[in-house]
Amino acid sequence: MAAHRCGLSLVCILIFSSLAHPSSCDTLEKANDNTAEKRSISEVNTDGSVAGEALNERQWQSTDAEVDRSDSTTHSEALTPAAARDEFQEELVIRPLHSGDIYASFQFRTLWDTDFLQEGQKVSHYRLFPKSLGQVLSKFSVRELHISFTQGFWRTMQWGQPFIPSPPGAELWVWFHDTVSDVDGNWKELTNVLSGIFCASLNFIDLTNTVQPSASFKPLGLGNATDHRFLRYATLPREIVCTENLTPWKKLLPCGSKAGLAVLMKSEKLFHSSFHSQAVHIRPICQDEQCSSKAWELRQTLNVVFDLHTSGQGKKEWSLFKMFSRTLTEACPLASSSKVYVDITDNPEGELFELSPATPLLGQAVVLGDRRTYSVYDLSRAETFGQLRSFNLLLRWKGDSGDMLRPLLHAERYVAGFGLQTGEIHTVIYNNHPYRAFPVLLMDSVPWYLQLYIHTLTVTSKSRDNKPSYIHYQPAKDRHRPHLLEMLIQLPPHSMTEVTVQFERALLKWTEYTPDPNHGFYVGSSVVSALVPSMVAMRTNFTQDQPLFSSFVPVKEESSYFVRVYTEPLLVNLPTPDFSMPYNVICLTCTVVAVGYGSFYNLLTRTFQVDEPSPPLSKRLANLIRRMRGVPLLT
Amino acid sequence: MSHDLLQMHLKAVISCLVIVLYKVHTTKAGQFFSSGHTNNWAVLVCTSRFWFNYRHVANTLSVYRSVKRLGIPDSHIVLMLADDMACNYRNPKPATVFSHKNMELNVYGDDVEVDYRGYEVTVENFLRVLTGRLPPSTPRSKRLLSDDRSNILIYLTGHGGNGFLKFQDSEEISNMELADAFEQMWQKRRYNELLFIIDTCQGASMYERFYSPNLMALASSQVGEDSLSHQPDLGIGVHLMDKYTFYLLEFLEEVHPASQANMNDLFKVCPQSQCVSTPGHRTDLFQRDPGSVLITDFFGSVRKVEITKDTINLTSPVEPPIKRSGSSDIQIESLTYVDQLPVAEIIHQKPKQKDWHPPDGFILGLWTLILLVFFQTYGIKHLKHIF
Repeated sequence: MAAHRCGLSLVCILIFSSLAHPSSCDTLEKANDNTAEKRSISEVNTDGSVAGEALNERQWQSTDAEVDRSDSTTHSEALTPAAARDEFQEELVIRPLHSGDIYASFQFRTLWDTDFLQEGQKVSHYRLFPKSLGQVLSKFSVRELHISFTQGFWRTMQWGQPFIPSPPGAELWVWFHDTVSDVDGNWKELTNVLSGIFCASLNFIDLTNTVQPSASFKPLGLGNATDHRFLRYATLPREIVCTENLTPWKKLLPCGSKAGLAVLMKSEKLFHSSFHSQAVHIRPICQDEQCSSKAWELRQTLNVVFDLHTSGQGKKEWSLFKMFSRTLTEACPLASSSKVYVDITDNPEGELFELSPATPLLGQAVVLGDRRTYSVYDLSRAETFGQLRSFNLLLRWKGDSGDMLRPLLHAERYVAGFGLQTGEIHTVIYNNHPYRAFPVLLMDSVPWYLQLYIHTLTVTSKSRDNKPSYIHYQPAKDRHRPHLLEMLIQLPPHSMTEVTVQFERALLKWTEYTPDPNHGFYVGSSVVSALVPSMVAMRTNFTQDQPLFSSFVPVKEESSYFVRVYTEPLLVNLPTPDFSMPYNVICLTCTVVAVGYGSFYNLLTRTFQVDEPSPPLSKRLANLIRRMRGVPLLT
Repeated sequence: MSHDLLQMHLKAVISCLVIVLYKVHTTKAGQFFSSGHTNNWAVLVCTSRFWFNYRHVANTLSVYRSVKRLGIPDSHIVLMLADDMACNYRNPKPATVFSHKNMELNVYGDDVEVDYRGYEVTVENFLRVLTGRLPPSTPRSKRLLSDDRSNILIYLTGHGGNGFLKFQDSEEISNMELADAFEQMWQKRRYNELLFIIDTCQGASMYERFYSPNLMALASSQVGEDSLSHQPDLGIGVHLMDKYTFYLLEFLEEVHPASQANMNDLFKVCPQSQCVSTPGHRTDLFQRDPGSVLITDFFGSVRKVEITKDTINLTSPVEPPIKRSGSSDIQIESLTYVDQLPVAEIIHQKPKQKDWHPPDGFILGLWTLILLVFFQTYGIKHLKHIF
């Protein structure tokens, strides 16, 4: 009896202990983890010795960089790895335009002094620089990458010049490192990877729309040798830009869209605008003024022009809340500088518009050949946000602005001709400078299905022939390569230069048509690159505290600035077959065959037989009875 | 003696109770893992192009919204939209796609990631995504990386007919192709269980030919019936949603990640009185009883959560950049930027050395002709002067 009791209680105890077992296992494991962590921290502590370096960084860096520093000098600093510094700056420039619209340009810059392409140093710790882009750069040995997504067309005549121009659709141009052996293979894979990162159909970039410019698109970053074999340029004019492209773009920012200037990026307002362009530019730049070492710069820019009538409801009164449906509450904590600039050059005495809240900070910058004055709001200072902890800029127009100064360089393009066989492309370039002539480089990339007749190429300025000093033409190969035409044209002062070339439209194979072929086929924008004489002396040396929008294009000489103008893309109709015809033909032919041959066959082979209908039930019953009686049957 | 017996009986009863309670505890935990899947995927496809097919994009986006809300992350969703409605120039409110009239619910949202868009949505790409036979350079976000413990939700919408579904107004996928694709997935063990929902006219014809195990299918209409659209919005000018998906969205809005709603509730969505067409479903290939399958088995996501009680100290994020003063002894020459438009260099640029190609057929033929004519007229004796 007692044994039974003991046994039962033992069973109960066992059951209860098994229930309680899992939680104790967890705690034991956690205790093990804790001790392991403490051990690793103490190890690193004894190794590191340089003051002023963050402990966290060394924990990451020591495992990677120690092995690679074996070949460095016996300098004491070389033994301890120098943490790669990265820095993030953000700024917003607001420029009221003469037509009543307002131009807002966001620029986010991450500077990182490390070298992806250096042999033996593998980068594995990413802090502010996004890891997805860093891995892409090192895998494909990219020296420079410029990608932009634009919706809308920049109207140079009404809005002036943008800070960073971009053509409608998607544009990608890449300089590869000269160690790359198969540039085309790298290019193909790079476009596929980027299409995944940016949720865009960049995988449609292939050899039929890629060109290798011979003189345009020189690198914007550091470098000396420029062998154009390592440059690839492609544009997709049909590419749509929508929230799905903005979402991954915002995720590349260190603060995401949670803090800083990026909270203003709400897609419902950004896409309800006349012009929206987002771009990513990666290039190596000088780390400091002496320019002894390289740093990688990642610039993310977003340019948007809000229309007076759709977004502004016709009232010339703009505020951050009206433009973006948000106000600013704080700067990005990871940013070393966060500023808002408002262009007040046309408003020196405050007679044109009124700006509130007022700010004592003023800045001057020479940008696009002009000296402009800006009101600066520094978001890293708490007093910018005021009592309400929110910063809402307000611009209220008082007077009417006069006409805008005509931009010095302007280009247009259109298709002339009628019918679906031939046509003519006209590119018109205007030089509005009163007395200075300057050269421009025009680059045209035309798809193979518009067969250009280069013998009809004419360049006329002021109704006289203007012979270009440099022409590079690479003819198209059907289904392999597009046309590439690059010309260096000298534009006389105050003139209009017209470049015309005739073409013939090709008939595509029926599988090559898009699902909506009657929409037409796009031809990418022409690119006009020029060194335009500037009204004000440009600064040739870079300083670290220059605002971002004035330091994008490197300046080599004081008297001119580099500008790139994109023309409109063209929409041409190719001779399109009627795709319902195969179905119609099959129906018609089968009907004709069935009706014609079928009736003929029937006439020849059909025989007629007499068929007795089955007698009704009453007659059958009567016949049955008659059979039984032995009497003759009814018919 | 009887007292002892009583005590023994009592102990037996108590131990039995304990064992029963223990079993109940394990069945609840057991139920959590009884469905056998460890991850969830969703493939949502809209196959129609053009502005008047706005409702198909809205259908797909409403399922995307529900699936994301219930826990499946973007990396596990393959979203294919054949045309862009949100930023279409005809959309009076850009960057929005509404499902309810009077612009009540924007299913496009602010955080959408479309994997295949525009001309990329083709029958070939769809089948390649399902079977996994994609070119090696395809990025991860465009792949269906499922394994044999994945539950996959596949949603198709567009214009369809008896046995086919139209892709982008130019090609079709037949029910046999779809059934074969699922069989390929089964053979390669690319799914644990698969839920197939289709909202097109005569949708039930698309699941008639399935023959692989563990497939459950729902359709918005039977063969011979049309699926109808729900309501137009006079501001936007088109029909916003299809009836079946509209009521499916309303049903899913009530489901939350811990809900116990099962498939039988899903089969009851949109009866004929609401939908005009008769929704159908097929469960004969499915192993488990539909009543025991939770909605969240397909629309939600299994997540592993590890709770930790440790605290981690975060250091301050920004350190002021330390200007490194010439640490290297070696003098590197200062690097320069490239001249953007070096006119003199461009003008004197040597033409590119083109690679030598062997002469192509035309040139060879021409030379052969010339040589033949020459030897014909002047005789073979001149040959020795050439060679």
